Amino acid sequence: MASESHSAEGGGMALDPMHQFEVHPILKINLGGIDASFTNASLWMVICVISVALLLLAGSSKLVPGRLQSVGELAYEFIANMMRDILGDSGRAFFPLIFTLFMFILAANMWGMVNIPVLLHPFTVTSHIIVTFAMAMFVFILATIVGFVKHGAGYLKLFVPSGVPAILLPLLVVIETISYFTRPISLSVRLFANMMAGHTMLKVFAGFVVGMGLLGGFVPLAIMVALTGLEILVAFLQAYVFAVLTCIYLNDAINMHH
Amino acid sequence: MPQLDFSTWPSQLIWLAITFLVLYILIAKFALPKIGGTIEQRQNRIATDLDEAQRLKDDTEKAIAAYEAALAEAKAKAHVIAQEARDVLHAEIDEERTKLDAQLNARMVEAETRITKTKDAALKNVEQVAADTAAEIVKQLIGTKTSAAAVKKAIADVN
Repeated sequence: MASESHSAEGGGMALDPMHQFEVHPILKINLGGIDASFTNASLWMVICVISVALLLLAGSSKLVPGRLQSVGELAYEFIANMMRDILGDSGRAFFPLIFTLFMFILAANMWGMVNIPVLLHPFTVTSHIIVTFAMAMFVFILATIVGFVKHGAGYLKLFVPSGVPAILLPLLVVIETISYFTRPISLSVRLFANMMAGHTMLKVFAGFVVGMGLLGGFVPLAIMVALTGLEILVAFLQAYVFAVLTCIYLNDAINMHH
Repeated sequence: MPQLDFSTWPSQLIWLAITFLVLYILIAKFALPKIGGTIEQRQNRIATDLDEAQRLKDDTEKAIAAYEAALAEAKAKAHVIAQEARDVLHAEIDEERTKLDAQLNARMVEAETRITKTKDAALKNVEQVAADTAAEIVKQLIGTKTSAAAVKKAIADVN
């Protein structure tokens, strides 16, 4: 990877840009031979849950909302409107799930931007492919089950586009099938790669700031400030994209627009 | 790449499942009902307020309409009363005038008859005076008394 060559040529830099992604146990737990250690990744997951819960539950319930309450209501209506646009009213039951997915990924992405020196090393939960893939597989399997429950074997029609010349049909069925089964991969890799690439890039530029000294270091520092802004945008955008795509997959399963 | 260190996968999966489930329960059971309830309450409040405002506006418009109707009715009534008063006055004036006209006519007729009577009397007196005067003149001129009948005849001839 490009980042690895950067770290190699950095030479004098002590830190490897990929070091931030390392998972190390804080509390070793072993469940019947399976390693279930409480790691720094687990810690950040817990931090995400607590922060989201505080954000949503600590706000008041006033008629005229305060700041914290406004944030909660903004998030609620943002996801509710997005779901209404894509799923219509048929997807009501999935609102808590989509909302949880969005808030969890958003919290994970945003906490990845925060560095608390000495106390806590920054870590982005969603920069690990296994985490994003687990969530994507969960969405994929859920959508598939919903599709078969709702339409029975008729759900297989999703792979057979209508109004297509018979000669093209076998080819299109193959393409549709492949595109359906690559959904969890694209969904998970999109989020993971965005998070990992962004954080690696920030770390590389941070290395340049130190490496180029007092005078030259300001240039990469300025770039880093701009990149941090961009990364915050990406952190939000990727959470949104994940939620939108989940809605689209569920919409395929519920309404079969094909 | 630390992401491909398979030894960390079970622990990540387990903790992801635990934390995600906890967050899901917190959001589905507590956060969403709370926030959704607040939003719904606010929308209801706004809807009722708007309804109330609409109702008050309707009331106002009704009151204005009633006021205008009353005003128009009063105006019409006032007009009718004025017209009636005018008619009564006209009738009274006409009656008075005809009465006055009749009175005046009667008095005029009376005056005329009196005038003719007076004139006739005066004329008769004139004849008498003329006859007397003529008889006196004749007596003075010729020294003889003339008969009254002759004088009368002479005067009638002159006339």
